Amino acid sequence: MRLELTAEDQAFREEMRTFFTTEVPQELRDAVIEGRELGRAEFVQSQQILNAAGLAVPHWPEEWGGRGWSELRRHIWLEELQRAGVPAPLAFNANMIGPVLAQFASQEMKERFLPTTANLDIWWSQGFSEPDAGSDLASLRTTAVRDGDGWVVNGQKTWTTLGQYGDWIFTLVRTDPQAKKQAGISMLLIDMTSPGLEVRPIELIDGGHEVNEVWFTDVRVPGENLVGELNQGWTMAKFLLGNERVGVAPVGTVKRVLARAKELAGPQLEDPLVRARVAELENELLALELTAIRVAAHSAGAEPHPASSVLKLKGTELQQAVSELVLDLAGPASLASGAPDGPDGSDLPAWARRSAPTYLNLRKASIYGGSNEIQRQIIARTILGL
Amino acid sequence: MDFTYDDEQVALREAVRGLVGKAYSDFEQRRRTVAEEPGWSEEVWARLAEMGILGLPFAEEDGGVGAGPAEVGIVAHELGRVLAPEPFLASVVLAGTAVAEAGTPQQRAEVLGPLAAGERVLALAYADGATPVTASEQAGAWTLSGTKEPVLHGARADLLVVSAALPGAGSGLFLVQGDAAARTGYRTYDGARAARVVLDGTAAVPLGEPGADQSAALAAALDTGRVAACHEALGAMSVALAATTAYLKSRKQFGVPLSTFQSLTFRAADMYVSLELATSIASWATMVLAERGPAAATEAVSRAALQVSRSGRHVGQEAVQLHGGIAMTAEYLVGNLTAHLTALDHLLGDGHHHLRGLAAAVDGHGALDPLAR
Ligand SMILES: Cc1cc2nc3c(=O)[nH]c(=O)nc-3n(C[C@H](O)[C@H](O)[C@H](O)COP(=O)(O)OP(=O)(O)OC[C@H]3O[C@@H](n4cnc5c(N)ncnc54)[C@H](O)[C@@H]3O)c2cc1C
Repeated sequence: MRLELTAEDQAFREEMRTFFTTEVPQELRDAVIEGRELGRAEFVQSQQILNAAGLAVPHWPEEWGGRGWSELRRHIWLEELQRAGVPAPLAFNANMIGPVLAQFASQEMKERFLPTTANLDIWWSQGFSEPDAGSDLASLRTTAVRDGDGWVVNGQKTWTTLGQYGDWIFTLVRTDPQAKKQAGISMLLIDMTSPGLEVRPIELIDGGHEVNEVWFTDVRVPGENLVGELNQGWTMAKFLLGNERVGVAPVGTVKRVLARAKELAGPQLEDPLVRARVAELENELLALELTAIRVAAHSAGAEPHPASSVLKLKGTELQQAVSELVLDLAGPASLASGAPDGPDGSDLPAWARRSAPTYLNLRKASIYGGSNEIQRQIIARTILGL
Repeated sequence: MDFTYDDEQVALREAVRGLVGKAYSDFEQRRRTVAEEPGWSEEVWARLAEMGILGLPFAEEDGGVGAGPAEVGIVAHELGRVLAPEPFLASVVLAGTAVAEAGTPQQRAEVLGPLAAGERVLALAYADGATPVTASEQAGAWTLSGTKEPVLHGARADLLVVSAALPGAGSGLFLVQGDAAARTGYRTYDGARAARVVLDGTAAVPLGEPGADQSAALAAALDTGRVAACHEALGAMSVALAATTAYLKSRKQFGVPLSTFQSLTFRAADMYVSLELATSIASWATMVLAERGPAAATEAVSRAALQVSRSGRHVGQEAVQLHGGIAMTAEYLVGNLTAHLTALDHLLGDGHHHLRGLAAAVDGHGALDPLAR
């Protein structure tokens, strides 16, 4: 057992901290820290700064821009990035489709897509969920039918996050309607400018527009856009969802928000009940961070540690609990969410006005990325053998 | 940062597991042992002494082995798994650490050597009973008066380490011969033994320099004991969880195993989450204590104790609930694990106590950083 980081890891941490706080523009980081919504250009700018320094996709295979870091270094990298308020590399690109392509795609497809994916020259959307295929993803119905060299796709995807910015969408489609549920699914890459593809916005309870429906009506897709083998989509989906879980415990972000909440609380921090709530959250967060470090130290190669479900489950619970604390600190001031910033707006502080939409928005965290019930199922089945 | 045990530590774990596993794998055996005075097995105690376990945390020149909190944690974890009733925590960790921290070199060798050899059982009397214990001095001779209660294993102890208010300010630590005090022993609800210890002008030997304030030494002993108690609780929790999952798979109701009911498997999953969080934070506090010493570890120990309190209650309560009626019976391990988790929680300050301290200091730090130097 050893408490401290090695001198090398400590130096690595300093290097990351310095980079993130000096090379990524303050404005961008302030927007993240204050919880303002970012546009496409800001994500792209941030990821390109990171990518130029080899810091956008460090967990990819080295020939595609990975760094061959230990899991602990990856943890430190992410934590410092989140702590500095740097927008994380777009998950769809960096954590989802990138690793899948690197693992399963043909050399040709890798060369075509991986560099542009790392640099966010193309913005990916995730087209998995459908109205009748949520947690039970394998019951999806969108079809791809052979037509000469290519495919014709029909159906509907939903909950497509930031689909309004998407250039390409990676989808799961049914290619063998006869086969058993999981067996007849393939993964297709689809250009979102294809004729017959339509993106329709969905408004969420926080009033924001971050998810969409994506409709496919006779969309023609070239045969070469099939990832890996025909009808092997489920294998890739499981690989992708496993990765999704690992990066999803936003320890650094939650820590930053909780530390900031103490400042924002002002005189309310004298209230013993508030103090106790903060102390309790801090403790659970500390336990979670230490668990993340333990899990990182025990992950073998590409396989996520089974306990990564703990990180998703507890991480999102704490993320939600901290947003709830900030909301409660804002109290009635949270009602002024509709007021514009600036002299014509409200005199109440911006953080208080953002608190309710943020709280409402974050209810999503325990639903997506494999809902927390699904994580409990994974723990019960694969870890406890129930 | 590295949470893994080295080969020597793994070997220690296997050795202790082998010994107490053999003694207590049969829960009936443990029940018989606990039913008779002194509530634990002198034979197992002697075997632990032979293995060097009773001298684990003490310096070699004091007759110990020179190991640290990590090794103590490993032993405590194994004892917790089988609810071994031997007074390792009370005698070695709590009382022994107090002597190691406060005693003169000569006192340390005189007391810790026989403790390590299993020849003498110690108890730490730190909680004041009905009348707080005070110390007085006359012509260089010290006496103590007042009541300590509850004193864990206080009735069986050959030697008591007693904290007492000094004539001036602060508290001293004193050695008192066990039979010099009036002791009333009784059982605690988890099958351990405790006592009321009444002192009435009882002769006592100051540990360390006579009249010197030993509050820091006492605090160090309590924090070292808290960390060991955390590990003992982790051992008990891990067995409670394992027993629960096994039971869910084997117990049939409505014609199917209980594990087919998702509402139950999910609760087991949450128990696992609780155990993982507690394991992480307890291991971290152990490392802080080992590498930075007790004075620097107070906050980390409090944090571990708070999480272990929360997790222990959750895991213990759910283990009983998911087992149903069987867990309510004294013959069955699970309810006893829960009782012991409860006792450990209250022994050294429960979650409420630690939360109060941490809450008072909330504005004293920014974001918590376990990787900080
Ligand atoms: C904001 C947001 C963004 C999203 N972004 C994307 C995206 O970009 N791309 C994409 O493809 N998808 C996306 N999703 C979809 C997301 O993955 C699904 O919402 C999720 O899989 C849950 O499916 P569902 O909403 O249909 O709920 P359901 O599956 O109908 O579940 C309803 C409730 O029942 C529980 N439940 C379901 N099955 C079980 C079970 N077996 N045992 C116990 N409980 C169960 C669930 O946990 C949930 O609480 C997004 C969702 C949200 C909310």
